[in-house]
Amino acid sequence: MTELDTFPKLLVDRAKRYADRQANREKEFGIWQSWTWAQVAAEVEQFACGLLAMGFERGDKLAIIGDNRPRLYWSVAAAQSLGGVPVPTYQDAVAEEMQYVLEHAGVRFVIAENQEQVDKVLEVADRCPLLEQIIYDDTRGLRGYDHQRLSSFVTVQERGRELLAKKPQAWHEEIAKGKGSDDGIILYTSGTTGKPKGVVLTHENMVVTAVNSIEFEGLREDEETLAYMPMAWVGDHIFSYAQAYVAGFCVSCPESTDTVMTDLREIGPTYFFAPPAIFERLLTNVMIRIEDAARLKQKLFHYFMGVAKRVGTRILDGEQTSFTDRLLYRLGDLCVYGPLKNTLGLSRVRLAYTAGEAIGPEIFDFYRSLGINVKQLLGQTEASVFITIQRDGEVRSDTVGPPAPGVEVRIEDSGEVMYRSPGVFREYYKNPQATAETKTPDGWVHTGDAGFFDDEGHLRVIDRAKDVGKLTSGAMFSPKYIENKLKFFPHIKEAVAFGNDRDHTTVFINIDLEAVGNWAERHGIPYGSYQELAAHPEVYKMVHDSIEQVNRDLAADSHLASSQIKRFLILHKQLEADDGELTRTLKVRRRIIADRYRMLIDALYSDQERCHVDTEVTFEDGRKGKISADLQIRDTQTFQPTAAAN
Amino acid sequence: MAERNFGEVVLKVDNVSLSFGGVTALENVSFDTREHEIRAIIGPNGAGKSSMLNVINGFYHPQDGTITFKGQARKQMRTHDAAAQGIARTFQNIALFKGMTTLDNIMTGRNLKMRRNFLWQALYWGPAQREEMEHREFVEHIIDFLEIQAIRKTPVGRLPYGLQKRVELGRALAAEPDLLLLDEPMAGMNTEEKEDMSRFIIDVNDDFGTTIVLIEHDMSVVMDLSDRVAVLDYGKLLADGTPDEVRGNKAVIDAYLGAVHD
Repeated sequence: MTELDTFPKLLVDRAKRYADRQANREKEFGIWQSWTWAQVAAEVEQFACGLLAMGFERGDKLAIIGDNRPRLYWSVAAAQSLGGVPVPTYQDAVAEEMQYVLEHAGVRFVIAENQEQVDKVLEVADRCPLLEQIIYDDTRGLRGYDHQRLSSFVTVQERGRELLAKKPQAWHEEIAKGKGSDDGIILYTSGTTGKPKGVVLTHENMVVTAVNSIEFEGLREDEETLAYMPMAWVGDHIFSYAQAYVAGFCVSCPESTDTVMTDLREIGPTYFFAPPAIFERLLTNVMIRIEDAARLKQKLFHYFMGVAKRVGTRILDGEQTSFTDRLLYRLGDLCVYGPLKNTLGLSRVRLAYTAGEAIGPEIFDFYRSLGINVKQLLGQTEASVFITIQRDGEVRSDTVGPPAPGVEVRIEDSGEVMYRSPGVFREYYKNPQATAETKTPDGWVHTGDAGFFDDEGHLRVIDRAKDVGKLTSGAMFSPKYIENKLKFFPHIKEAVAFGNDRDHTTVFINIDLEAVGNWAERHGIPYGSYQELAAHPEVYKMVHDSIEQVNRDLAADSHLASSQIKRFLILHKQLEADDGELTRTLKVRRRIIADRYRMLIDALYSDQERCHVDTEVTFEDGRKGKISADLQIRDTQTFQPTAAAN
Repeated sequence: MAERNFGEVVLKVDNVSLSFGGVTALENVSFDTREHEIRAIIGPNGAGKSSMLNVINGFYHPQDGTITFKGQARKQMRTHDAAAQGIARTFQNIALFKGMTTLDNIMTGRNLKMRRNFLWQALYWGPAQREEMEHREFVEHIIDFLEIQAIRKTPVGRLPYGLQKRVELGRALAAEPDLLLLDEPMAGMNTEEKEDMSRFIIDVNDDFGTTIVLIEHDMSVVMDLSDRVAVLDYGKLLADGTPDEVRGNKAVIDAYLGAVHD
């Protein structure tokens, strides 16, 4: 038997070994359609041969643009089987962002999900000289287009079948040419600064990483997952593609981005990933609905959630608990936790991950106390995801666990976390300078995160290394630490803290429209827009109280007592990825915000009580508009440090 | 975009006059619509636009003039016959069953296509069950087409206005019409919703080949969307032609585009 060192080789093997097991599912026309591994292999074979017939050569790039669709995943395997490199791009990127990737990667072929994406590609096609063919999945609305450089997925497969009729072994011959050291994928990182960088991962990187992580977690071929995170994101590529091909489990695609929650419930995944924001939103929804529930239900809920809070996580971690507690927990499972998990679609979850941002301890403990095994990990595109993973039974809300299997981690003198592993990327595509800056000659990679190992050997990450600064007093200033503390309040969606080289800390706040809107509805506060709600005195008061609460917590921290927040304002608009203020993975772009709202920051560090601001905004279709507002600035109380500074 | 090809004249309105008591709603109006065309009727408030649609689908009976649809001339027709002949419409003020789900509302659009009587359907057995499954499949295609999967099971009363309009379009499409009448499909929508709706109208026209007659106030939408525009003012046909012709027409500018009528 040849070694299974590439994904196409794995696919051929899975099609034999798991011929009748389901590999993919997609809800269409209200019904779950499914494909077995054998069917997937046949689909991939026909599409790959179609590409071959259209002149796809080894080393060619196939850009993939769209939501999670089986056909788009198949096109990943198809390109790989021809020795090509798939380049998934963020589907909600505007045309210019897309152009950068298409041009930089030198893409010749594009597969786009639908008319919306085809339009975007056509808009920038003239500026991408290498681009030749655009293939689309959904035919709707595309009938009237000029088809010189357009073809549908189905017609490409037809051409593939014609080719196969003449050369039945064409696909297998191409696959046999591939090796593990070939480039497997290029993933463009959204990047909190500057232009995106194309991370090149080889087949070997991902196969070894998948094998290690599957063994570590005991994942099996009967896992169920739902692929709903962007395909351009490394997590989705590893969880929904690499691991699925290695372990042979089934990946389902939601009907549309709006139906994810319903689809989640119908699929009942056993293996699930969600960034903290999604866990947070689910919890907010639960709390909102509980507040609208009948009195008796509320009482039951709160009583049993109390029980879960006391013993739930300990039971999950396999610790000793009293007989009555176990009995009560069992009863609670029957009345509350079970139905609740079912509503959330998480009843069957054996393993759930969260990563990317810090998760609030209350949120994390809420899910764990229900008996859902949520764990944190530290991951990066450059590492094929895994750097550290928490072990079962050793899960904490403020650490990311010990190094993942096969990964070495060390802390630089500067406090920066570095790692080396079989998953380490080959290079940044066409960017040797950045590659040299990030990866040392002996294979260690700079994470850019500052952190330390605690007494149990678990890594604790505090902030981006470059963001950790100092106040003028010389005390450490970690913006993300403060922002995360603020974001744990349900009514605060986003916070941006300033303080580096200043004598105190100030913050911008974005309120959570859903949570605050619901609160306003219940308190009979009318509002017409985000801007109006954000400026409401009662909302200001609520945020004010939360900030003082954070200050009280900070006062108790020996390192961060001087980072207490002195002044704040609530922004008149939500920070948006379309405006460049957040990355596509919704992380704050500090520098851009500092630049854009310089006037507001100056006002925060003056004694002004109001500040006028004009802001340019970008609508979803790329057009621009302007909004202006008169923002209030408030002072907050700070507290005496309660811990001795050291 | 490829050149647009139109078929034969499928709807012809000849010298139609309609009055309610002493009030004249339409006076000697004539125009035609070719197969596969998107045809707009514009005009200030009270110009007789909605009355025109009501005449076409047989809700109002004109005192004078004839309507020819698919070669069949008629003076009087009941709405039921209009629907059976392949005319479907949406309304200016949404007319959905608010307590029913999106799916059920669109299923009502299949009513005329159902062969089994209500007793069979109540039993939901054998042929009735098979029939319902076929219709459900058709409706699911519409739900997919209009991208409303997420609200399939939501009572329409709970939906925002823009989505209700989309459901109403879905119900009209469920009847597989040859001619689709849209009464202000974009009224009360924001820019983004309008763009979505325009896209759906173009796609319906493109993918199903449906002929469309629509009334709309938003000029930029009308000029972008339609192949030909008929302008009504005080019940009279003021102009008729391509968007460019109409835009340059002096009478139109005076009566409508230039003057404030609201």
